[in-house]
Amino acid sequence: MSAESSPKIVIVDESPIRAAILEEGLREAGFTGVVHISEMQSLLARIYALDPDIILIDLENPSRDVLEQMFQVSRAVRRPIAMFVDQSDAASIQASVDAGVSAYIVDGLKKERIKPILDLCVSRFNAFAKLQDELDRTKSALEERKVIDRAKGILMKLKGLTEDEAYVLMRSTAMREKKKIGEIAQSILTASELLK
Amino acid sequence: MTGPLRIGFIPLVDAAALIVAVDNGFTAAEGLDVSLVREVSWSNVRDKLNIGLFDAAHLLAPVAIASSLGLGHVKVPIVAPFNLGLNGNAITVSPALHTAIMGEIEGDRFDPMATALALARVVAKRRCSGAEPLTFGMTFPFSTHNYQLRFWMAAGGVDPDEDVRLVVLPPPYMVDSLASGHVDAFCVGAPWNSVAVDLGVGHILHFVTDILVSAAEKVLAVRQDWSQKYPDVVAALVRAHVRAAEFIEQPQNRAEVARILSAPERIGVDAEVIQRTLDGRLKISPDGGLRESGRYLLVGREGAARPDPAQAAWLYAQMVRWGQTVMKQDALRTAMGVFRPDLYDAAVGHQGKAAGASAAIGAFAGPAFDPDDIAGHLAAFRIGHWKP
Repeated sequence: MSAESSPKIVIVDESPIRAAILEEGLREAGFTGVVHISEMQSLLARIYALDPDIILIDLENPSRDVLEQMFQVSRAVRRPIAMFVDQSDAASIQASVDAGVSAYIVDGLKKERIKPILDLCVSRFNAFAKLQDELDRTKSALEERKVIDRAKGILMKLKGLTEDEAYVLMRSTAMREKKKIGEIAQSILTASELLK
Repeated sequence: MTGPLRIGFIPLVDAAALIVAVDNGFTAAEGLDVSLVREVSWSNVRDKLNIGLFDAAHLLAPVAIASSLGLGHVKVPIVAPFNLGLNGNAITVSPALHTAIMGEIEGDRFDPMATALALARVVAKRRCSGAEPLTFGMTFPFSTHNYQLRFWMAAGGVDPDEDVRLVVLPPPYMVDSLASGHVDAFCVGAPWNSVAVDLGVGHILHFVTDILVSAAEKVLAVRQDWSQKYPDVVAALVRAHVRAAEFIEQPQNRAEVARILSAPERIGVDAEVIQRTLDGRLKISPDGGLRESGRYLLVGREGAARPDPAQAAWLYAQMVRWGQTVMKQDALRTAMGVFRPDLYDAAVGHQGKAAGASAAIGAFAGPAFDPDDIAGHLAAFRIGHWKP
């Protein structure tokens, strides 16, 4: 795709990582005119200045409402339409809402040109969400590990147990009380704080 | 009956009836299983309601009308069987603009005509000195805040499209934008006016009740086809909301209500700040000045919960006045048909009374509102951008 026929795309996203993932995907697919806006103050002024063909915004961004102002007739700019206007493609609307992204498209841009951009957007947003999820899980697993180690230390000191004995004690208590070992460990930390 | 219901809301005090209906067990008592979904933008609430991801929503009354008319967006007929509240907004100005308006005012500072005329003089002086036009923040193009700001300043001779800038700002950004000088004033619902005053960055210039005696604000919105498919669910939802509204309006329950609303996954603001709104007793200036109003936010009392089609007609008239649409009789009928007192009456089991059109609005300027002659009504206003 030549630069001339490549539509100008603006990404409005406060997450720099997600925006970078999306931007990279768009560039790889040959869309060269991509600009990322992360600063929400004077958002409309920046968009008017850039005059994009397509605006992509994450659904968790409250500034989506700011974009709605573009629909007001008094401004002398090209009027964009929201992706949701075309309800004929319910599946792609559902996919984009699930992924958490919305698009505003300047009237007149052909549907077959928009579709690959949206599909790419949805898959990149989903990829980011998966990454974030993995990161969160790794983080909480690490946190839990730390809590268990500290609780083990307390039991060893107070009850004169070995490390293995302390762990077995927590695990059997967790099984008996139908709780996670992390929760038992947290209770031990809380109790020891209180009894200090 | 339907399965579990998903209902979207924006963290604002005027979602009180919805939040209390769910969190205090009134929906469960009606056999409904409801999960509330907190949203960040009105666009999200509207779209998720429109495409069926939400069964119902806390929605700006003008958005329900615009959606039913297909204005600015896709056309999806919406109905409002319950009015979540009357009033509740306020206009807050920066300390600098407050000083400027008070320097020009002739008459009572709570008289909206006096402040609007003073604003016109401030605007004129700024123009003479070559200063940038003042910027006013509001929440959405189709919002009560937009129309209330416009109604007020136009009465004093300020053209909201020519003499100042009006910009959309998400409510949680309002206070920062005022502090940073991005806007000089805003019109928003609770708790954001109080937050600005507490931080010392704003003065509450007007309660909306100064401008309009009774103004429909947010509605409980459902898709029209959904309401036809599940009439029993709509009735059960309305009853749960009626009970919640009655609970909220009991003064002895106010502290409890404020506590429920203050939860982090609900509004997430100090209970004390929320209670000021419920009590209608607000700190209006950073130095601690208080102002009370018995009509600051009406959740159920004075028949506030029963949808009044005259309110829908007034909002439609504002859309016409400011050029968002053109006056058409069938569109007016559609707009009025969004507010459904019949669904409310059917749910509670008795016939309610309409407040009467002029009593319903009670604007401080212009003739009494007449839904049967909107063109004639609008002709009485000098400033406007309506199209023939």
